[in-house]
Amino acid sequence: MLEMLNKILIQNGLVTAFACVGIAMWLAGVVSRKLTFGHVHGSAIAIMIGLGLAYFGGTVTGGTKGLADFPLLAGIGLMGGAMFRDFAIVATAFEVQASEARKAGMIGVLSLLLGTVIPFVIGAAIARAFGYTDAVSMTTIGAGAGAGAVTYIVGPITGAAIGASSDVMALSIATGLIKAIIVMVGTPFAARFMGLKTPRSAMIFGGLAGTVSGVSAGLAATDRRLVPYGALVATFHTGIGCLLGPSVLFLATRALVG
Amino acid sequence: MIIYGTALLAFCHLMGLFLGDLLGALIGVKSNVGGVGIAMLMLIFLKIYLHKKGLMPNETEAGVGFWGAMYIPVVVAMAANQNVVAALKGGPVALLSAFAAAAACACVIAALSRSGRDDTAFAPEHHLEFTEEEDI
Repeated sequence: MLEMLNKILIQNGLVTAFACVGIAMWLAGVVSRKLTFGHVHGSAIAIMIGLGLAYFGGTVTGGTKGLADFPLLAGIGLMGGAMFRDFAIVATAFEVQASEARKAGMIGVLSLLLGTVIPFVIGAAIARAFGYTDAVSMTTIGAGAGAGAVTYIVGPITGAAIGASSDVMALSIATGLIKAIIVMVGTPFAARFMGLKTPRSAMIFGGLAGTVSGVSAGLAATDRRLVPYGALVATFHTGIGCLLGPSVLFLATRALVG
Repeated sequence: MIIYGTALLAFCHLMGLFLGDLLGALIGVKSNVGGVGIAMLMLIFLKIYLHKKGLMPNETEAGVGFWGAMYIPVVVAMAANQNVVAALKGGPVALLSAFAAAAACACVIAALSRSGRDDTAFAPEHHLEFTEEEDI
């Protein structure tokens, strides 16, 4: 009996994932209503449940894909993978009002640049404080602080381009990952401080917070209507990071520290 | 037909990613540059164009709207796929630089979003039939 059920669940991985995520979101809704009296958004709690389960999956299986490393839950990997994520993000563009997006276009581009440079400077400075004094390591770790997408490619691409060692690259990936998680969990709590309530503010947020995963989850947990505006800007973040990291930012760092 | 909407969405998605790769190759970057953003812009403009032509009945819109409404569940699944263990193993350098970077960005966002004139507003709710508000 149990084997039969197991087989069906594995063979229909994506459908299993739909059912599991539905249950998790229902649970999160109950927690939101009963324990926080609606103060914490149901989707914020659902995302925290997801991250918690990813940690559990990672420790039990020793894999890198969180919950999706359990064969039974491999469908979660498909449902939460880049294909479905991007498909759903593009679909949210249907709710964008072109006139509003155009009004905030310039400040979106400005925040995109600031969102790459500011975290880079901070990451590189902290790396230096901890003894990574060469320009290559500082640049690689700084690029990780600036970017950090689900694909974590900005750090490694920058590192590979300028010849960083593999442990520095791992550090860069970890930095990007932690930043994405901070943005996912912290955004709803910092939303009022950041003035996050209009399309314009969402586009500023998308540029500065970087990380498509962080921005998309953080905005989803704050106000669903903010999502398309933030995502529209954030999706250019990886490209800008890969463009500036190994070139302008590396040269500037090398000029400064020798 | 509901599939027309989903097919339109799929077309924009694929074209956007393709153009993003092309743009990356053009400027010599080994990654996709804004593919999803380009796809979103295409969808925005195609929607406006088809609306004007009267070629966007409610059924077609529903074929896109459903996927937009699936967005939050997909993000929850994405959260469950993160390599949280590796992130926590990063040690003090990773932890500190990530925290400091996020905090600095939050301050700049707060400053920028309050600066200047903000006359943007959300669309009226009528075409969001699938995106019912959270059950709070």
